[in-house]
Amino acid sequence: MAKAGIALNRFGLGGRPGDAPGADPARWLMAQLERYEARPEVIAALAPSSQIVGELADYRRDLREARRDMRAMPRPEADTEVAMRGSAMPPRRRDPDDPTAQVRRDARLQARDHYADAISARALTALNSPAPFVERLVHFWANHFAVSADKLEMIGLAGSFEFEAVRPHVLGKFGEMLHAVERHPAMLVYLDQAQSVGPNSALGQAAGRRGGKAGLNENLAREILELHTLGVRTGYSQADVTEFARAMTGWSVAGLGRGGADDGQGGGFAFAPRRHEPGTRTILGKSWPQQGEAQAAAVLDMLATHPATARHIATKLARHFAGDDPPPALVGKLETAFLKSGGDLPSVYRALVEAPECWVAQPVKFKSPWEWTISALRGLGAEQLPPMAMNGLMTQLGQPVWKPGSPAGWDDVAGSWAGPDAVMRRVEAAERLAQRTRDTVDARARAAELFPGALSESTAQSIARAESPAQGVALLLVAPEFLRR
Amino acid sequence: MLTRRNFVALGASAVVTSAFGARMALARAATERRFVFIIQRGAADGLGTLAPVGDPAFAGQRGVLAEDFAAAPKLDGMFALHPAMTNTLGLYQAKQALFVHAVASPYRERSHFDGQNVLETGGASAYAQKDGWLNRLLSLLPADDKAIALAATIPMALRGPAEVASYAPSSLPDASDDLLARVSAMYREDAQLHAIWEQATATRMLTSDLAADNGRNAAATGTLAAKLLTAQGGARIAMIETGGWDTHAQQRGRLTGQLKGLDAMVGALRTGLGPLWANTMVVVATEFGRTVKVNGTQGTDHGTGALAMLMGGAVNGGRVVADWPGLGDAALYEARDLRPTAGLDTLLNSAVASHFDLQPVRTAAKLFPEMKSAGVVKDLVRA
Repeated sequence: MAKAGIALNRFGLGGRPGDAPGADPARWLMAQLERYEARPEVIAALAPSSQIVGELADYRRDLREARRDMRAMPRPEADTEVAMRGSAMPPRRRDPDDPTAQVRRDARLQARDHYADAISARALTALNSPAPFVERLVHFWANHFAVSADKLEMIGLAGSFEFEAVRPHVLGKFGEMLHAVERHPAMLVYLDQAQSVGPNSALGQAAGRRGGKAGLNENLAREILELHTLGVRTGYSQADVTEFARAMTGWSVAGLGRGGADDGQGGGFAFAPRRHEPGTRTILGKSWPQQGEAQAAAVLDMLATHPATARHIATKLARHFAGDDPPPALVGKLETAFLKSGGDLPSVYRALVEAPECWVAQPVKFKSPWEWTISALRGLGAEQLPPMAMNGLMTQLGQPVWKPGSPAGWDDVAGSWAGPDAVMRRVEAAERLAQRTRDTVDARARAAELFPGALSESTAQSIARAESPAQGVALLLVAPEFLRR
Repeated sequence: MLTRRNFVALGASAVVTSAFGARMALARAATERRFVFIIQRGAADGLGTLAPVGDPAFAGQRGVLAEDFAAAPKLDGMFALHPAMTNTLGLYQAKQALFVHAVASPYRERSHFDGQNVLETGGASAYAQKDGWLNRLLSLLPADDKAIALAATIPMALRGPAEVASYAPSSLPDASDDLLARVSAMYREDAQLHAIWEQATATRMLTSDLAADNGRNAAATGTLAAKLLTAQGGARIAMIETGGWDTHAQQRGRLTGQLKGLDAMVGALRTGLGPLWANTMVVVATEFGRTVKVNGTQGTDHGTGALAMLMGGAVNGGRVVADWPGLGDAALYEARDLRPTAGLDTLLNSAVASHFDLQPVRTAAKLFPEMKSAGVVKDLVRA
């Protein structure tokens, strides 16, 4: 690949008709940092997480009330039925009049609307952004700090997480993004932090006296260490995890924390002092005497600039831009840039763009379904999308948006995506996308434009010999050049 | 495989209209003959369909696959028909089914797509001919004799200058076979994608299943084809694509289902065509055969010599035509496959020429211009 093609495809999200990185592609990339919009119109128009959390709080309240109503409801047939049929009563949840089922259904529909709107906004932003390199980085970080929209509470929140916690900080310091993501309602709910209670906190003590179950949840603390900062097997112990979890107690979401809406207002981050474990914590050999909310925040500050974090982030970025087995020299350069700048992300990006390891002519990555789809739509010049189209397509291609199913996010290696069924699905999708172009695209010219100076003879020939313009487009979209970057 | 029905007419709306009665009067009905070509994509196992149970090496070579034939109806001293093919057996007994064994197209490699391309274009090697032999056959028939493909897109055998209609029995958004073939060619030089794609297409052939639904879908396709062939001003020639013949593993169960489906399709064709069956020839053929020996997963791999079947009231059947090469190790082609002793191009040429009363030499020049042997298989059609 020539440098222009690398800038468009490896660093960017794939070229659009008319895109030309010019004589200095590296400079073209860095200039995008000035053009990036953290909050474009389509995203600004969406419901904020505070509203979505408010709806979830309402939902939980409605659910409690519906349950209470159900318990209070007389069950006229119950006595005779039970007497006649023993325990053969049908389960109550099958009852079409079950008011809790209706509440759940409504909440799910509401959440799905948010989810669909957010996917659409994400895709449209990626299609039309003047800064595709930075957009790629947004996708990278959102996957690094993955939440998964698997349970009802997460379906509506997943998009707002990326838009509110990742986008505004993609050009800031890593530590700023780290604080923003760990305090976002989506993360606090997804990794169960909103429920965690210090055993010796006021609430913990009270619950203990009543024989309740309130207690510590280590999930978020563990994933911060293992996935978000230091990386797995980097020297922390189980005791460090537990201590960090204790330090984090009290970090919660207003309206969704334990005990309902008593933790503040506004549907955002809330600190619940009654749940915070008192005392000094010892984590990674250091003691943290801070009081309340500041204790975990101080630990996060330390983690944000830790050498293990620098190495972990450097490795993942290098893998994303220079190959599944990233060159150690590149990892070293990024690590150094990270440490020297105190985690200043633009400094790291600059090191990335300047590194020759990222500019090798051979493709280094097999595109994920998201990358492939966005680059296909950009390549065809799409600016709008039918509602829900992206949602269905991504599910079909095996990468439903914001649903990696695990806090580790989607894998960033070819082994996860380059499978027979996956490639067949891309071919099927390509044929349908191509048919929608209605013969307005000349795949021969477009191929040359999207892969300047880098089209293989076999691809060019296949496209040229296509039996129709649409088939030429389909072949372009599944050409080896197009599946990789 | 074939569920929802909707029209996909590709550049051939005229034929589709006529098939539904727009042109009621057919002044020059030159022929009442009907021809149906059923392609078995994925290399059907001829030895597992019509087994040479009289060959002394058969049981030893086929192992577990021979067991299906323990109680199978014997057609003569040598061959037994798979027990799932009850309609076909009835046709054989009525002398309306004829089998040609150890047959092969000129293609001698083992790639599905290349093999199918040779079978469908009538060339001597893949991509040597640009259009299909069935399409070229149309140019030898009266202008009113039209063809229709029961497929989402026109298969290669029917492609060419003559207008052809297609009717998709399924609206599943599968990529078209032509695109798949072109993708194969495009990935040929790319080691990673080539390997991935080989597997993907093999899987696809296994899953586009003729056996699904206990043959009911296959029967529905046969009924549909019959309807299109009996309509006033309808098609004279139909091509039906069947997939799912690539039995690399657990062949016994799969092949039984496949054959049941094919048998149901032929049965439905016969019923649906009614009196026209007397003027009908159905040819069933596959791109190549499978290995003689069973592989490690109770299946067989890509081979050479295969089986072709001719059925219909017009067929001079009740016979198996084979210059049997034998199944002993020494007799095998490349020490693994049934050795081909008959040319599939010769057979196809002879079949259509005699069925449509054309000069075999003339049809050969048009349909199979690269044919090596000038031979003709005689007496395929009832006198």
